[in-house]
Amino acid sequence: MHLTDIREKLAARPDLTRQLAQVKEQVATCIQCGTCSGSCPNAGFMDMTPRRMWRAVLTDRVDMVFSSQTFMLCASCYVCTLRCPRGLPLTGAMAELKQVAFGLNLDRFKRSTLFYKAFMDNIRQYGRVRETEMMARYFLAVKDPRVPMSYTGMGIKLMAKHKLHPHLPTWGPGRLAPLFDRAKQQER
Amino acid sequence: MDYLYYPGCSLEGTAKEYDISCRALFEALEDRLTEIPDWTCCGATAAQCVDPFLSVVLPARNLALAEKTDTGLDVLVPCSACYLNLKKARQDLWENNALRAQVNQVLEEDGLAVNASVRVRHLLDVLTRDGAVDRVAQLSENRMKGLVIAPYYGCQCLRPYVEFDDPEQPRSMDALIRATGADVLAWDMGAVCCGASTATTKPQVGKELVGRILDQAKTAHAVVTVCPMCQMNLERFQSRSVPVVYLPQFLGLSLGMPAESLGCGMNLSDIRPVLSRVAP
Ligand code: SF4
Ligand code: SF4
Repeated sequence: MHLTDIREKLAARPDLTRQLAQVKEQVATCIQCGTCSGSCPNAGFMDMTPRRMWRAVLTDRVDMVFSSQTFMLCASCYVCTLRCPRGLPLTGAMAELKQVAFGLNLDRFKRSTLFYKAFMDNIRQYGRVRETEMMARYFLAVKDPRVPMSYTGMGIKLMAKHKLHPHLPTWGPGRLAPLFDRAKQQER
Repeated sequence: MDYLYYPGCSLEGTAKEYDISCRALFEALEDRLTEIPDWTCCGATAAQCVDPFLSVVLPARNLALAEKTDTGLDVLVPCSACYLNLKKARQDLWENNALRAQVNQVLEEDGLAVNASVRVRHLLDVLTRDGAVDRVAQLSENRMKGLVIAPYYGCQCLRPYVEFDDPEQPRSMDALIRATGADVLAWDMGAVCCGASTATTKPQVGKELVGRILDQAKTAHAVVTVCPMCQMNLERFQSRSVPVVYLPQFLGLSLGMPAESLGCGMNLSDIRPVLSRVAP
C-alpha cells in the first residue's frame, strides 16, 4: 500500500535519498548477529527488531523501513552502539532514519512531526523552551482533543508543584530567528 | 573549584529542584558555579530529529558563550541530555575543521565564534572526581546511616562517551553515597534505560521499563538520579510509592542542609521517608 507512495516521495528528494544511502553505508558490515536486538530495552515494543531493520536498510526495502515505527521507538540509550561487535554507529543511524522519515512528511509520523515543529518554533522564538506554551501550540496544531486530555493529569501535578509557568506569548521576530535563518541558508 | 554552569531548559521548569539543589550543594562545598550568561537551548531531542545542522549550531552557541567568558573553566552540566548534546558538538567541532568553519559563519550572526576548546563535564563526573567525596564524608557525619540507596545513572552520562565510569556497570556514585553513611543497593538496573523521551510519546513503554527498574529497588529506601528525564520517568510511572531524589538533594540533606534549600517540596514522588531520617 505504502510502497509506491514512499518510493515516489523518496525519488522526489535527492537529499533524503543520499542520507539513506549514508545510513546503508554506516551499517554495511553488519553480520546480522542480533546483539543489537538482544540489548535494546525497547525491542519488545518495536514492530521490527533493530537487526531486521538493518537488514531492511541493507537490502533497500525502503517500504519496510518506513512502514515501521522501530526507529521512532529508539530512546538513544546507546547500548547497541556500545555492544555491536562490528562497532557500528547504530544509535546515530536510528536518528538518521528519524530525520529521513520526518523529511518525507509521512502521515504516519504526523503527530511527532508537529511535536518537534512546535519544539523548534519555541526555541526559535524564545531561545529556551517554555514548556507550557510549547504544549499549548502543539495541542492547537494536532487539533485532537484526546491528545491534551492524556497530558492533563501530569499538567495538574506539575502545576501543583509550581513547575509550569504560563508565560504570555511574545510576538516579534524571535530571539534566535537570525541564527535559524542563517543556518538555513548555510545548509543549502 | 570553580565551574561554568549550563542549567538547560528542564532545570528552569520541570526539574527546578535539580537546579536549586545543585547550586545550594556547590555553595555548601565552597565551589563556585558561574551560570553561562545568555545561554540558550541545546536543541534537546528535537533538533537532532529534524535538523542535523541546527543540532550542532545550537550547542555550539553555548560553547562559544562559555569560551567568551575567557575563564578557561570547565562547563558543568547536570542534565544528561544537554551534556551529551554539548559534548558531542564539542567533539565534532574539534575534529572537523570544515564543520567548525561552517558553524562559525552562522554564529557570526550573534557576534560569536567557537573553537571547541572548552571541556564539557557531567555533574556526576565533577562530583566524583574533583574531591567532593572527601568533603561530603567530612561534613556528613554519617547522617544517612541506616538508609539503603539505589544509584540510578541512566544512559547518556555513561554512553557513548566513556569518561568517568564503566558504561554498563557504573560504580562512581557508590563512593559518594557511602560518604553520607548510607549503604548502596547492589543491583544491576543502574544503567538500564528508563525509556527517555519515548516514554513521553508512548506511555506504555515508560510504564513497563520503569516498572522493571523499580521492581529491583524494592529493598532500597530511595532511588537517586542524575538526569531530569530519568527523574521524571521514575517519578511518573510508579506502581508503588518509591522516593526518587536528585543526587545533589540527597547529598545536601546528608550535609544537614534544610530540605527547602534543596527544593525538596517539589519532587513528584513522596520523599518523606528520606526526609524523616534527617529531620525527624
Ligand atoms: S549488533 Fe551490529 S553486527 Fe550485530 S546485528 Fe546488530 S548491527 Fe549487525
Ligand atoms: S540506542 Fe536505540 S536501538 Fe539502540 S539499544 Fe538503545 S533504544 Fe535500542
